[in-house]
Formats: sequence, structure tokens, C-alpha cells
Amino acid sequence: MELVQNFPFITIVFSLTCGVFCAVLKGRTARNLCLAWLTLTTLMSFSVLLYTLRSDGYYIYRMGKWNAPWGNEIRVGVLEALMATVFSGVMVLSLLGGMHHIFVDCESEKTNLYFTMCSLLMSSLFALIYTNDLFTAYVFVEINTIASCALVMLKNSSKTLVATTRYLIMSLLGSGLFLLGIVILYGITGELLMESISERVGELFASGEYSLPLTVIIGLFSVGLAVKSALFPFHSWLPDAHGSATPSSSAILSGLVLKGYIIVLIKIFYRVFGLRVIVSERVSQFLFLFGVLAMIFGSVGALRERDLKRMLAYSSVSQVGYIYLGIGLHSRLGITAACVQILAHAITKPMLFISAGGFMDVSGGHKSMSAIKGAGLRDPLGGAAFTVGALSMIGIPFFAGFVTKLELTQAALESGTATMAIALAAIAVSTLLNALYYVPIIFNLFTRPEKSEYSDIRLHCRPDYAISLVTFIALNLGFGAFSDSLVGAVRRGLELFGM
Amino acid sequence: MRSDGFISKLKCFVENGTFREENYTLSPSGSQKIDTDNPENRWLSSVQHSEKPVAARFVAWFSHKGVEVFNSLYRVASVLICFTLIGVLLAVVSFLPAFGGSDNPAVNEVEARYVSKSIEETGTTNAVAGMISAYRGFDTLGEAHVLFVAACSVIVLLRVDPSERRRGRLINPDLVGEDMDFEPNGDLILRNAAKLLVPLAFIFGLYVILNGTSSPGGGFSGGALMGAGLILSSVAFGFKRTERFFGDEMYHLIKTVCLTVYALLMAYFIYMGANGLYDHVWLGNPGGIVSGGLILPINIAVGFEVACTMYCFYALFRKGGL
Repeated sequence: MELVQNFPFITIVFSLTCGVFCAVLKGRTARNLCLAWLTLTTLMSFSVLLYTLRSDGYYIYRMGKWNAPWGNEIRVGVLEALMATVFSGVMVLSLLGGMHHIFVDCESEKTNLYFTMCSLLMSSLFALIYTNDLFTAYVFVEINTIASCALVMLKNSSKTLVATTRYLIMSLLGSGLFLLGIVILYGITGELLMESISERVGELFASGEYSLPLTVIIGLFSVGLAVKSALFPFHSWLPDAHGSATPSSSAILSGLVLKGYIIVLIKIFYRVFGLRVIVSERVSQFLFLFGVLAMIFGSVGALRERDLKRMLAYSSVSQVGYIYLGIGLHSRLGITAACVQILAHAITKPMLFISAGGFMDVSGGHKSMSAIKGAGLRDPLGGAAFTVGALSMIGIPFFAGFVTKLELTQAALESGTATMAIALAAIAVSTLLNALYYVPIIFNLFTRPEKSEYSDIRLHCRPDYAISLVTFIALNLGFGAFSDSLVGAVRRGLELFGM
Repeated sequence: MRSDGFISKLKCFVENGTFREENYTLSPSGSQKIDTDNPENRWLSSVQHSEKPVAARFVAWFSHKGVEVFNSLYRVASVLICFTLIGVLLAVVSFLPAFGGSDNPAVNEVEARYVSKSIEETGTTNAVAGMISAYRGFDTLGEAHVLFVAACSVIVLLRVDPSERRRGRLINPDLVGEDMDFEPNGDLILRNAAKLLVPLAFIFGLYVILNGTSSPGGGFSGGALMGAGLILSSVAFGFKRTERFFGDEMYHLIKTVCLTVYALLMAYFIYMGANGLYDHVWLGNPGGIVSGGLILPINIAVGFEVACTMYCFYALFRKGGL
């Protein structure tokens, strides 16, 4: 076994230990340790990605002395390594971009705990990406839930406390449903490893045994993970939590945490149940429907919002809808589009939230539309980043968002007539609505206000903020430019998934 | 365009057939507010009510009563959803294989190997310890960190800086009298009982941890016992005397050392196992205290970590700090 094959396990286990150390260090030392370690995990994940691309396959890494049904194992393929690389990179950039706010928003005694939570969150995301075992997934979903709630709560205000409470209740409800699903599934199959369950479920499905429990299990998994990833009817917690947290938290929560659960859902659907069972249980049609509704109503919610960060949060609801639309098309192209959307949104939304943090700096800490008028002129780099992000969200060619919309449209064209019509209409309407709320903001950002108390404020350009935004812009353009090879890698990864 | 703005626009649309606000403000119902509580004006409002179209009256009623109606509907719906879920889950349970049946799907080669080979492969006579700390050790590592992250979150939420609290009390004297300002009053009966029970709790906790490889128990349950001992001593003897041997620094020290040792042992075990290397771990004598190889140190680390977490929860809720 080559050294590089050990990297996924090292990133998971030592991110936990990094978090433990951060809890006893002082704020700034913890920050340095956390940033250094997360950068290292990005490099390690990238080398794993190169290795899997070169060997063009996946490998099973045994977590201990015993093979899988007895011990634990993780599974590393192209898709997993790609996700891990992007996620850890985005985590580093989100932390860098909002670093100033972290130290302002958190109580000085508790700043180090912010980095503890980030390390633990990253560890759990790695584990969710790589896991091949449902119970391991549950354990790390728990870490993910608690750490992400703490990330909202660390900003010290009454608003965030209320938001955290709502988030915690909804998120725990989701975890509970997910756990019930695992328990019942274990009861009827006696397995926790994804491949073994898949075999048993295939047998049960063919024989028609336990058909009601199977339906209920799929329902529990879908609803549980949909609540946690804020699919449309369950999204009410999201605008509060993402809108009130410190910019880095908002970036991490909307860019990464939501996606971690969706990755688990994709794994459960296509590695545990398989396409045949999912289609015959009609669950994908529900997800398709809710995805479409999320795309429309998320955008409508954003249109009605006058607060920049809450508007971005509603935009996340609509973007999550795109992912579920891709999953709901239940074809290989649809899942490819969903995975591309996961990546595209993971690099775009954090950029928007970080630049929104910059606008708050030059607008006296306010984030309403009237206060940030002209903020793009006072903070040109943030303005540029926001423009790039907004254009990407609308789906202008050369940016990341365009690639997703292209893939989604292709996937929609391949499906049945009714589905195709609904999906295309939803994409068109949602694109229009996106443009309707993003374009006015861009104009608002670059209009010089006639009389404003903030017009004299200039952003003291901080290097971490600049590095973060420039890298995000480069990533977004790179995503658009190298979309072919990226989509190719995602497609290859999904083939290795056994789709 | 907040929600009330939206409703007023809607109202305006229904009354005038346009979204333009200026028309709306010119209309009699919008231009002057009528104090309906005033009996002299009540007739006026009733006249206006009958003049408005039905849709406008509905909108007016909805903007006034809508939240109340929604709340009562919400309550009814939530109860209905709960009962539906309960019904569905009960129906599912009736389809599941009987609890503990010998031909259940869960009775398979995985379970058979845990039972028959655990002494040989992990060196434990307690198969559960072998399963959670060795066979599925990675999951348990995650589980220990769930406790850690929960404790950290409680610290974020409840920890009050002592100097801050003092300052707060100077500004707002009402803060004095909160529960956290008072030491436990050291009840005589409680203290004497604690003198007897605290050492017992610690010794029994240690016993459960150390014998985790050969008898039921292990790090989690033994740690909970020791944590209960710490809580009891703090209740009976006061915070000051407990802080003398278990304060903030001690907590962080124990926690960091335990979790780091655990993660390092687990990483060594996983690395050696995954790469097919010989791991040089002596499994010990199954049934004795020194058995199970790495499971004994892991149990000790987990035990102390759990004890710390238990006490941390109590202390933060009780006095806002360790």
C-alpha cells in the first residue's frame, strides 16, 4: 500500500486531534494551528485525487486489522477525493476571508473554540465523504450537527441564540429520523456496510419481503437528510442561522455543511438502495417536486428580503433545490449535474458571504440594502468578488454556475416529456428570478450614494481577506474554464460508485 | 418589502386593482386610521366594512387574525403529523422480525465472528469491549469526540468569565441572587453521606474501567460513575474544595491528554492494520486486567474523558464555569 493511500484516514483522525489541541490553545495560536492543518489536509486530499485519477479506480482502506463487515472501512474514489479537496480548500478560504470578523464577533476567551469547531467539522465532512458504513456516517453526522450549531452560536448575540435553537431542534429532528432509518434497515438486513446492505436490499426487493419497512426507511432517510440540508418545505431554519452568524460561519454552513448531508443521501440512494429500488419507490419524484419548489420559492424568498445576508441564505435554499432537482431526475446525467452543482455552489456561495462580510465592514456593520449602497466602490475587491459570484449564480457562461445549469439542462432533456418540461421551466424561471435579485444588488453596490454617513469609510485591505477573495474568483473562473475535465472526473467518480 | 408590506400591497391591489401605493393612501380606509375601540367611531367602521368588497374584508381580517388562525392550525397539524408518524412506525415494527429471534437477519456471520473469535483476536472475554474498541474502534473514536464537541458547545453557551460576572453585578445589582452565585450550603447529612459515597464512586468507577476488557463495563460506564462522584463531591463539599483538585486547568489537561492518547493509539492501530504490518501489541491474558492489548489504555482514556465531560456539564449549568 502506498503512503498516499493513508492520507484520507490521516485527514479524518488528526483533524479531530487538531480540534482537541485548539480547545486548549490561545485564540491566535489556535488559528495558526487550525489554518496550517487544514491547508495540509487540502494538499493531502489533492494528492489523493491525483493518485485516484492516475490509478483510475477506487480503493478500500481498512480501518484496523479486520476486513469490512467486522471492522470499519472507508472507500476512496475519484469523486470522494475531488469533494474532499474542494471542501477542505473552501474551508481554509472561508476561514481566511472572515478571520477579522471571527476575532470581533466571538468573545475573546472563546475564539479558540471557533477553530476547534472548524477542525471537528472538517473531520466529520471528510468522514461523511469517505465513509462506506452507515453507522460511521451517523456518528460523524452527530459531530457535524453539534459543531455547526456551535459555529452559529459563537457569535455572541441574542439573535444567534434564537437561530441556533431553531437550527438545533430541526437538525436533531433530522438526525433522529436518520437514526430510525438506520435502525430499521439494520433490523431487516443485519448489515451496516453499504455493499452488504445493497445486496440484501436487492434480494428483499426481488422477493417482495418487507416492502412497507423498505418504503418507510427510504422515507425516513430522505426526510431526515432533507431537513438537515434545508430542502424547501424544511428550510425555515436556514435564513435565520445563516443570516445571523459571523461571515465565515455562514460561508462554511451554506457552502459545506449542507452538502455533506446531500453527499450522504446520494450515497444511500445509489450505493445502498440502487437506482432500481429508488425509481420503483417513487421517492425521486418527490425530491424532484420539492427541488423545483425550492428553486422557485427560495428565489421568491430572496426577492422579498432587504437584508443582504438573509437574501444570500434564501439563495442557498434555491441552490439546494437545483441539487435535489438533479437527484430527482434519477439518471446518471442528473446525479452528475447534482454533484457538479454541489462543487459549484461550494466555491461560489462562500465567496458571496465573505464579500458580504467586507461590505458590512465598510457600512458600519449594517447589512441592509440601503446601508450597503455603494459598498462595492468602498471595497472594490469585495465588489468584484460579489459580482463574479452573482454572475455565477445567475448562470452566465465562463462562470461555475453556468456549468451546472448546462449539465442540469442536458440531464432534463434526456428524461421523459413531462419531467423535461417541468425541469426546463423551473430552470428558466429560477434563472430569471436569480437575475432579478442579484442584478439590482450589483447595481446597488456600484452606485455612489448621494448622502451617506459611510461614504468616507475605506476598507483597510487585509491580506487574508484579499487572498481569500482572489483565490475564490480564480477558482470560479477556473471551474468555468476547465469544466470539461471536472465534469469528466465527476462522471468517472460516479461510474466507480457503481452507477 | 417585508411581509406586512407585502400584505398591504396585496390589500391595495384588491381594493384599487393596482400596486401603486399612492392610490392606496388616498383611499378612505388607508388615509385615516379609525379608532375602532372608541364607541363613537364603531358605527363608522361597521359602515366602512359593509362598503368594502368581500376580498378586501378577507384580507383585512386575515392581516388582523391570520397569525392566530395559523397558530391554531399549526398546533392541530403538528399533533396530526406526530400521530401519523407514530402510526406508521408502529405499523413498521409489526412487520419487523421478532426481537431476539434466533433466525433474525442480524444473526449472521458478523455476529458469529464477534462471539466466537473475540478472545482470540482482541484478547477480551467481554465481547462488547472487543467490538466497540477494536473491531469498530473508528466509530468509537468518533463517539468520544461527540462528547468532546458537546462539552465544548456547552462551554461556548454557558461559560461566564468570572471577571465579567463581577463587572456585570456592579452594573446591574439584580444579577446577584442568581443560582450560580451561591455555593451549595453543605448540608450535614449530605456531607456525611458523600464522605462515604464519593470514594466508593471513584473506586467503583476505576474498577469498571479497568475490568472493561473482562467483564461488562468499560470506559463509558466507568467514566460516568467517576463523573457522578465528582458531581457529588462538588454538591456536598462546595465548589472551592472541588476546585482545589479539579478546576479549569485540570479539566483541560485531562481532556487533552486523554483524547490525544486515544487518537494516537487508534491511529497507530489503524495504520498498522490497514497496511498489513505487525503491530507489536501484546494482547495479554484474556480474563485478566491486563488484556485486550490497546483496549485497556483506550478504556482508561475514554473513562477519564467521560468523567470530565459529565462534571463539565454539571458545573457549567450550575455555576457557569469549572
